[in-house]
Amino acid sequence: MATKASRASARLMISPAVILLLGWMIIPLSMTLYFSFLRYNLLQPGPTPFVGWENYYWFFTDPSFSAAMINTLVLVGGVLTITTVGGICFALLLDRPMFGQGIIRIMVIAPFFVMPTVSGLVWKNMFMNPVNGIFGRIATSLGFQPVDFFGQIPMASIILIVSWMWLPFATLILLTALQSLDQEQLEAAEMDGANWRNRFWFIMLPHMARAITVVILIQTIFLLSIFAEILVTTNGGPGVATTNLTYLIYVSSLLQFDVGIGSAGGVVAIILANIVALFLMRMIGKNLDA
Amino acid sequence: MARAVPTRTKWFNTATAGTLGFLMFFPILWILILSFKTEEDAIRAPLEVLFASDWTTQSYGAVQERSDYFKHFMNSVTISVGSTLLGLIIAIPAAWAMAFVPAKRTKDVLMWMLSTKMLPPVGVLIPIYLIFRDFGLLDTRVGLTFVLMMINLPIIIWMLYTYFKEIPGEILEAARMDGATLREEVIYVLTPMAIPGMASTVLLNIILAWNEAFWSLQLTSSDAAPLTQFIASYSSPEGLFYAKLSAASIMAIAPILIMGWFSQKQLVRGLTFGAVK
Repeated sequence: MATKASRASARLMISPAVILLLGWMIIPLSMTLYFSFLRYNLLQPGPTPFVGWENYYWFFTDPSFSAAMINTLVLVGGVLTITTVGGICFALLLDRPMFGQGIIRIMVIAPFFVMPTVSGLVWKNMFMNPVNGIFGRIATSLGFQPVDFFGQIPMASIILIVSWMWLPFATLILLTALQSLDQEQLEAAEMDGANWRNRFWFIMLPHMARAITVVILIQTIFLLSIFAEILVTTNGGPGVATTNLTYLIYVSSLLQFDVGIGSAGGVVAIILANIVALFLMRMIGKNLDA
Repeated sequence: MARAVPTRTKWFNTATAGTLGFLMFFPILWILILSFKTEEDAIRAPLEVLFASDWTTQSYGAVQERSDYFKHFMNSVTISVGSTLLGLIIAIPAAWAMAFVPAKRTKDVLMWMLSTKMLPPVGVLIPIYLIFRDFGLLDTRVGLTFVLMMINLPIIIWMLYTYFKEIPGEILEAARMDGATLREEVIYVLTPMAIPGMASTVLLNIILAWNEAFWSLQLTSSDAAPLTQFIASYSSPEGLFYAKLSAASIMAIAPILIMGWFSQKQLVRGLTFGAVK
């Protein structure tokens, strides 16, 4: 039973966290919103007049914006497809009886713990470099022309790198979900004559459905903000071929020092992420009641 | 009842999964190998690297000489451990209160805290950057520690909350009936039961803070640069650098790889905010 006194002390204990998070959210957010209506460039000292929607207008009509939006969609969609489908396959495989399961699982999960700058640079140099990279060496020794990954297929290369880092995440969560499936249910289905395909389609997949949704939503939140992998491999190039929304905003705010346009972009990014977040929050909220 | 599985099936599964696992792990294994080669050997054909060259540890020394690796390593340790401990100090009372003295709006508060985590960092990049510039916090460990604490605080609170929730409330009531004060209740009853959950929270958050690469790349340059930023300095090539890059990478990921393997299960809970257990 919670007494009045314990209620009061509970409120006191929550308040530091609430105040900090509130400040962390409201102060920068309102600043971003405010800046997005100013003509404000760090390289041009002087007044920063209010210009209404001008920054949004410039941001949306900038040809790199539509490119960045498409790139963001391709990057998020590509990685999501690879990691979800691959994650389901890996989880199903790892759930089967085998020798040395622990070691194999550790090997599959390992890439998730590699920091983004390391995976970007290692893939770029040791694997995708057309002369010294392993892929290039293999192609040359088989008599093919080596692929210049970041010149010819820059976006696909980034998708490959990011998928390598996130496939373990999907695998780990889907495997956890799969292992909570009641084995007797599967055996009963098998005795009733359900073949593997039916068991997968009608028992395992529905059981994993919730975990799959969670994987997709959480990854989307993180993938919308992919930054380091692009910075160390392509710098958003060639041209704007690998510039996603996050990178574009970084370029306009910290490389071109245009606070106004960068902030307008920031507001767009926040709105985008919130659409995804809304669905994710609903899923998690449901679980909280249970 | 688990059924007997034919050994042949088991071997087949092992071979398939083993091959895939090996492929996933191969990039890490490969930089481990390259890190023990000379720069000249590291760019040879893969088979020559493996079978026709000597092993050496000189790259590890070279990394330290090139740009004071140890300083950046200590920055990473300070920032990730510091931000986690600071976060813990703020999160424990909050999570405790919400788990054991739930009020009508507790759920809303929890969901709201989670929503701050959904904020894309790039949306607040400019204000944070300008505030840091004006307060002289750019490229300081204090500044980055604070930012990482803030972005991980919702996860810490959530994880602790789900762990605290699993502690039966009756035990606390019994302690209260025996006359324990709030302080005694926390120190003697709650803490011992909560330690495993807190340990995995700490582990996961150190991992997340160690690998965080957006804010550490934006807000630090040299003095306070953690390993993510240090490794990024290899993105502008300078002669032969494969062996050095490999050695630096191995040293940067090894501690986290080991911690990560120990916290696999907790990882799921922490990263899905309790939605998958």
